[in-house]
Amino acid sequence: MSEFLQLAFSGLTVGAIYALIALGFTLIYNASDVINFAQGDFVMIGGMGTVFLMAAGLALPVAALIAVIAAVLVGLLLHRLAIEPARGASPVTLIMITIGASIFIKGVSQILFDKQFHSLPAFSGDTPIPVGGATILPQSLWVMGTALALVVALYLFLEHTLVGKAVLATAANRLAAKLVGINVALVLALAFGLSAAMGALAGVVATPITLTRYDIGTLFTLKGFAAAMLGGMGNPVGAVVGGLLIGLIETFAAGYLSSTYKDAVAFLMILVVLLFMPRGLFGSRAVERV
Amino acid sequence: MDMPARLRPVLRAAAVMLATAVAGPALTGPAVAADPIKIGSVVSATGPAAFLGDPEAKTLKLYVDELNKKGGLLGRPVELVLYDDGGDANKARTFATRLVEDDKVVAMVGGTSTGATMAMIPVFEEAGIPVVSLAGGIEIIEPVRAFVFKTPHTDKTACQKIFEDMKARGITKTGMISGTDGFGKSMRNQCLKVIGQYGITVLADESYGATDSDMTPQLNKIKNTAGVEAVLNPGFGQGPAIVTRNYAQLGIKLPLYQSHGVASKSFIELAGPAAEGVRLPAPAILIDDKLADNDPQKPVVAEYKTSYEKASGQPVSTFGGYAYDGIQLVARAIESAKSADPKKIRDALEATKGYVGVTGIYTFTPTDHLGLGTDSFRMLVIRNGDWALEAPAR
Amino acid sequence: MKAILRSRLTPLLALALVMALVPMIAPTSFHLRVAALVWIFSLAALGLTILMGYAGQVSLGHAGFLGIGAYAVAIGPARLGLDPLLCLLLGAVLSGLVAWLVGRPILRLKGYYLAIATLGFGVIVALILHSETELTGGPDGMSVARVTLFGWRVTGALNWYWVSAGALLVGALLALNIAASPTGRALRALHDSEVAATGAGIDVSAKKLAAFVLAAVYAAVAGGLLAAMNGLITPEAASFSHSVELVAMVIIGGLGSVFGTVLGAAFLVVLPQALTAFQEYEQAVLGLLIMVFMIFLPQGIVPSLRALIEERLP
Repeated sequence: MSEFLQLAFSGLTVGAIYALIALGFTLIYNASDVINFAQGDFVMIGGMGTVFLMAAGLALPVAALIAVIAAVLVGLLLHRLAIEPARGASPVTLIMITIGASIFIKGVSQILFDKQFHSLPAFSGDTPIPVGGATILPQSLWVMGTALALVVALYLFLEHTLVGKAVLATAANRLAAKLVGINVALVLALAFGLSAAMGALAGVVATPITLTRYDIGTLFTLKGFAAAMLGGMGNPVGAVVGGLLIGLIETFAAGYLSSTYKDAVAFLMILVVLLFMPRGLFGSRAVERV
Repeated sequence: MDMPARLRPVLRAAAVMLATAVAGPALTGPAVAADPIKIGSVVSATGPAAFLGDPEAKTLKLYVDELNKKGGLLGRPVELVLYDDGGDANKARTFATRLVEDDKVVAMVGGTSTGATMAMIPVFEEAGIPVVSLAGGIEIIEPVRAFVFKTPHTDKTACQKIFEDMKARGITKTGMISGTDGFGKSMRNQCLKVIGQYGITVLADESYGATDSDMTPQLNKIKNTAGVEAVLNPGFGQGPAIVTRNYAQLGIKLPLYQSHGVASKSFIELAGPAAEGVRLPAPAILIDDKLADNDPQKPVVAEYKTSYEKASGQPVSTFGGYAYDGIQLVARAIESAKSADPKKIRDALEATKGYVGVTGIYTFTPTDHLGLGTDSFRMLVIRNGDWALEAPAR
Repeated sequence: MKAILRSRLTPLLALALVMALVPMIAPTSFHLRVAALVWIFSLAALGLTILMGYAGQVSLGHAGFLGIGAYAVAIGPARLGLDPLLCLLLGAVLSGLVAWLVGRPILRLKGYYLAIATLGFGVIVALILHSETELTGGPDGMSVARVTLFGWRVTGALNWYWVSAGALLVGALLALNIAASPTGRALRALHDSEVAATGAGIDVSAKKLAAFVLAAVYAAVAGGLLAAMNGLITPEAASFSHSVELVAMVIIGGLGSVFGTVLGAAFLVVLPQALTAFQEYEQAVLGLLIMVFMIFLPQGIVPSLRALIEERLP
């Protein structure tokens, strides 16, 4: 039982990070139909930015805030300079643009930062908390707590504010949204900025556990994309569930089956789910969008 | 469909670039005065192995500059032709061909990974140009190839050093958790080959991916395996740091052995307090200030550490040290051969005797193109956030 | 002039002409090797051109098939004592078979769902090549036996240049013929609209599967040639970044254009060689170039140029 619990803690921690990235994918996809392959690089900017700002002498909260703002700026620039000019391009072209952006961000980061691994001090110390025979790190609680808070905040924003409703309306039907006077360009920029902020925040809280490096984004992009697809692209609930599921599957596969093939198990699960539910677990959009 | 005018410069730039590549040698660099001696290098300065290749590239640039400040070699300036393979063996092979055919280098220092080195070896063997590899794999020098040398210890030597220590402490049953990258896999296999000679058995054999961020599931399995007396972690990069943290998180009290893949002070920073008590074999470069005053390596290590840290602003690593030894070995060979002829450089390299480097003291022979013994490793333990020399057990 | 531009054989003749010219102007065998790599990656990308350009299906795991072909040529002779040339063929068959098995279920998926499914397939293949050390040599790769072609030992850059050029010509001829055949027209129809294609009586899923299998065979042959030419293969060959590179080749050159695919492959193979002077900035420049091309030339180089020329001609 304690082993099961231990694995579950690990899986939920990793899964919470994936969930935040998957949510970032979902936000951008809903607003613009774009799959943003630079999503994981926001996580890197959050982590690496905080590390280097702290090294420059800033306190953790200040450093984290500036790093998140920097990621938001990168997100807005990505939208303004790369996505906006290519409006109407095919999905593959859009994927390639964001992959190009991801390579570009990594290329600049390795010059701006460096190529070594870095870590941040854990926010509340390194003493493991014993729970039912297993242990959990205080930082894991920070990760899960942050994820939960962001999900709730996002829900409240989308469902209970005018701007949030505008985002949802744009996602549902861009033309109609335009007709009722919604500033679609602003909504799109908002989606990019928000998802960059979520990714960067995930990077800040996760770095004490996962460590960070200029090219760590690719891994998070792949896992986050997989999570978003598993849940059903475009569905925020699906993104969260997909993220947690992939985290748990990986961890349990490593613990009970084979640590070598845990990534294969996660991707096999996705293939199987997609075969029976071609639009993911929570995908229901009937209209063919691609 | 019309093409916007702003596109034309882009296309023109692309055309120029293609032309540059095709025209090749004529445009690859300004002509240097006085016929320089060209030394080539292919390292993984970007890509997944960048944290190894980056210090290697910086070290090579630094010391070729040093050589030139001192007047070069044989009265000629030295030119470093450095390429980045991005961790791709296919690219490494292409750059190897370029170094031989196009740049006409007289020697090559490099190959960050064993895969890249193995891909490049045939090119240099065929051309008769000596290679000093910076990769760990034993297959690079076994069987011995006429033109191939290497500076890093083989994994086997590290395994032997670790098992000697375990044996001296009466440990007979161990658990293993290895990275699935080239380094971890190769070391795991070498360790399994020699472990029998020390009367030690492996009760749990786990692995983790190169980019994994959580190893508690695997460590938990080892924790629950009855009889394990110590754990060994062959791996490099961030893996060992995470293993060490997770090890502490799970409250495993058994001795933890890391390898020489844990190669710089940054490991202690990354692993934090969890690193306390971790044991590992490492070359002298990590403990320059703790070496005895009469240690022949002390001045060499101190000089490299000061110069590198001043030039790069980063802590020295054993990987940069391999490159230091590589370029020094080649420079010495050119000096002692009194010639920049590749074959003569090779002969001089093979005749190297007692070169005191930062990794160890090298003596090459026709049957040994590594020239380091287990004595070049020192058993270290991490205490109070710093390396400490571990007194030999018993 | 327009007739020449539109003729099916023009790109093929142009390609053959370039192939004949390169050895005459290439100063060293390094340049020949780069050219041979261009032909090999063009071949791999051509398969994707059929899949993406003709049939409109995306694959983000295509390097997986390249890896299967490459490791067939490596494993067959080393572990089973088979002839390398035979293994090249077996690799192509195996790759096609795997594509058929995998493609049947996943080609039902659409758009981004197909992207993640193919991506997952590629990741799994790379992981197997990486992990099955006994068979594949693990992350450091395995060496590949020399190829003997009818008693002639293929070594040296020039020989490999002609072998790869020949393979690409055959591949290009086949691709052009497919484009002009009823199958090609059917594929283009389903590219434009699957619903309409079904309505017109086209067996959409069979055609898609055929394109997928064909694309896998192209990639496997290219992989086999790459392994045999290098004499060593590492799991990197099947990596996600290689899959992305293949897709980029197809799109940069021009989706659905055979000549464009070769141009795209040439661009991405030559680029790192041209950028060595700016080593530190190579990745940033590469990323920037991909973005610029995708944004300003979404049709790719060749179709955009063709449109420009046609527009200027009377």
